[in-house]
Amino acid sequence: MNKESALLAYVTRLGDNALVLGQRMVEQVAAYPELEEELANANFALDYLGQARMLYAYAGELEGQGRDEDDFAFLRDENEFRNLLLLEQPNGHFGDSITKLVLFELFYFAQLDALTRCGDARLAEIAARAVKEIRYHLRHNTQWLVRLGDGTEESHRRVQASLDELWRFAGEMFEADGIDTIMERAWGGPSLEKLRERWLSDIDAILINATLDTPESGWMASGGKAGRHTEHLGYMIAEMQYLQRSHPGASW
Amino acid sequence: MVTAAFSREEILRWLGQVPDPEIPVLSITDLGIVRDVQIGETITVALAPTYSGCPATEVIEKSVLDALHEHGVEDVAIRRVLSPPWTTDWISDEGRDKLRGYGIAPPEKGAGKRALLRGDLDIACPRCGATTTERVSEFGSTACKASYRCRDCLEPFEYFKCI
Repeated sequence: MNKESALLAYVTRLGDNALVLGQRMVEQVAAYPELEEELANANFALDYLGQARMLYAYAGELEGQGRDEDDFAFLRDENEFRNLLLLEQPNGHFGDSITKLVLFELFYFAQLDALTRCGDARLAEIAARAVKEIRYHLRHNTQWLVRLGDGTEESHRRVQASLDELWRFAGEMFEADGIDTIMERAWGGPSLEKLRERWLSDIDAILINATLDTPESGWMASGGKAGRHTEHLGYMIAEMQYLQRSHPGASW
Repeated sequence: MVTAAFSREEILRWLGQVPDPEIPVLSITDLGIVRDVQIGETITVALAPTYSGCPATEVIEKSVLDALHEHGVEDVAIRRVLSPPWTTDWISDEGRDKLRGYGIAPPEKGAGKRALLRGDLDIACPRCGATTTERVSEFGSTACKASYRCRDCLEPFEYFKCI
C-alpha cells in the first residue's frame, strides 16, 4: 500500500467512525428521558454527521473517481465500512451511551489533536474543526460518567455493568495496522501506542473519580478496522441506506 | 466584464445584510464566517462553517448567492474554508452588541479553552446585566447555544456555546 492509498483509507475510516456513531445517536433522538440530554444527544449526533460529511467529501476527492459524501454513506456495503466495533454496538440505556462515548471520545480527542499537526493540510484542517467539538462533548460526557458512577447504588451498579460490557471493544482503537503505520511514518499521524498510554492514564483518573473499577484487561474484540463486523452493523446500515437503495438519487 | 464593476467593499457591504438564519439579528459578517471575497471574472466568497453539522450551512450559502444575484452579481462561487477554524472569538464586537440587544449573552473571548479547564466565567444577563446567573443546560434551541437563567431578574436567556 502506498502513501496515498493509506491516507484515503485512513480518512475513510475516520468518516466511518463518525457516521456509524452519529447514526446510532440519531436512533435515540426523541427517546431520551430528559430534555437537556435529549438536546445534548441531538447536538452531538449532528457534530458527528457533519464530521462524517467533511471526511467523506475529502475521501471522494482523494479517490478521484467522482464519488461524493452520499456515495460513501449510502452506497457501500457492510464489509466496506471500517469503523470500530465499539461504535456499531446497539444502544442500551443512558449509562451505556455515556460509557461508550467516554471510551471512544477520550481516544478520538487525542487522535484528532495529533492530526491537527499531521503532514496533510486538509486532514489537519478537518481535525482542527472537529477537535473543538469533541472537547465540548467530552467535558459533558465525562461529568455524566462520574455522576452515574459516584451516584446512587443503582446508577453505580448499572454503569459498572456498561463498562464491563463495552471494555472489550476498547482494545481495537489502539491496534495499529498497515494503514496506521504508514499514516504515522509518512504523514506524521499519531502513534497508537502513545495514544494508548495517554488513554489509559486518562481513563484511570476518570474511573477513580467515578468510583468505578477498571475492568480486567482480557481478550479484546477486533476486526472492524478491516471490515469484519459484529452482526449489528448490517441491520443498522440496512435501515440507514434503505431510502437511497430503494429510490436511487432521491433528494429533498 | 460586468463583474469588474463590483468592488470588494461593495460585496462585503451586501454580505453584511445577509442574516444568519438561526439568529437573524446577526449578519453573516458579524458572525465572522465570511473569510474572504475575491474579485475576478467570478466573485468568490469564502465561508467558514461554524459547527461541522450546522444545518444552517446550506441555507447560508443559498442566501449569499441570492443576495448577490439580487444586486446583479451573476457569476458567484462559494468556497468553504476550514482553516483557521471558526470559534466564538470570530464574532465581531458589533455582533456582540447586537446579540446582547437581542437577549442572547455574547460569548466571552477565549472562553472555549477556559471552559474546559474550570467552567464558564460569570455570564452577564443580557437583560439586567447581573452576573448572578446559572446554567440551566449546556445545550439550547440550536446547535450553537446553551440555556441560562438570571437569578436576579429571574429571566431565562440563551448564551452562545463557546468552542
